[in-house]
Amino acid sequence: MRYRVGERVRVAARAHEGHHRTPGYLKGKTGTIERAHASFPNPETRAYGGDGLPEQPLYLVGFVQRDVWYGYQGRASDRIYADVFEHWLEEAQ
Amino acid sequence: MLGYDRQMERAVHDRGGWPVDAAIDRSEHELADWELLTDALVGALNREGVMNVDELRRGIESMPPDEYERASYYERWLYSLETVLTEKGMLEPGELDRRLGG
Repeated sequence: MRYRVGERVRVAARAHEGHHRTPGYLKGKTGTIERAHASFPNPETRAYGGDGLPEQPLYLVGFVQRDVWYGYQGRASDRIYADVFEHWLEEAQ
Repeated sequence: MLGYDRQMERAVHDRGGWPVDAAIDRSEHELADWELLTDALVGALNREGVMNVDELRRGIESMPPDEYERASYYERWLYSLETVLTEKGMLEPGELDRRLGG
């Protein structure tokens, strides 16, 4: 696993034509690694009949709601969490 | 009003945070027999290693956006089933329509 709990990461802001599980509203957003789950078969190749190997590391990433949504009216401490595969993450600048 | 970055073109299924005018329909309905059968069929195909959940998702995501919007939950599953099983050669193109349409 490349990233550790507490590290700041940015979700890649790239277009991807095929099946992928990275939500569009998080692309380009910076968050914090909350948990390094484990590695799992890659849904991006399994979706086309592949075996999903090699397995890809998956993380729980936390984002500040106000960083994700313009005009968010909730508390500054509100977070949104999502599972994101490692190949969608970059080190935050 | 809540907003989000529209920096990326997003496919029709990728709708977290999309602004909508109407309230989200949260009503439930009793499942019809065909919906239960569709669920069972997808489960059986998965257990037999014929078609996995990622293929199911990808088939749904391949729907033309207007059809996606019109379709119900299990109609999307059926669309995907037909798409993926046709790709795999287990169904002939148009076979279901011919057999069901009489």
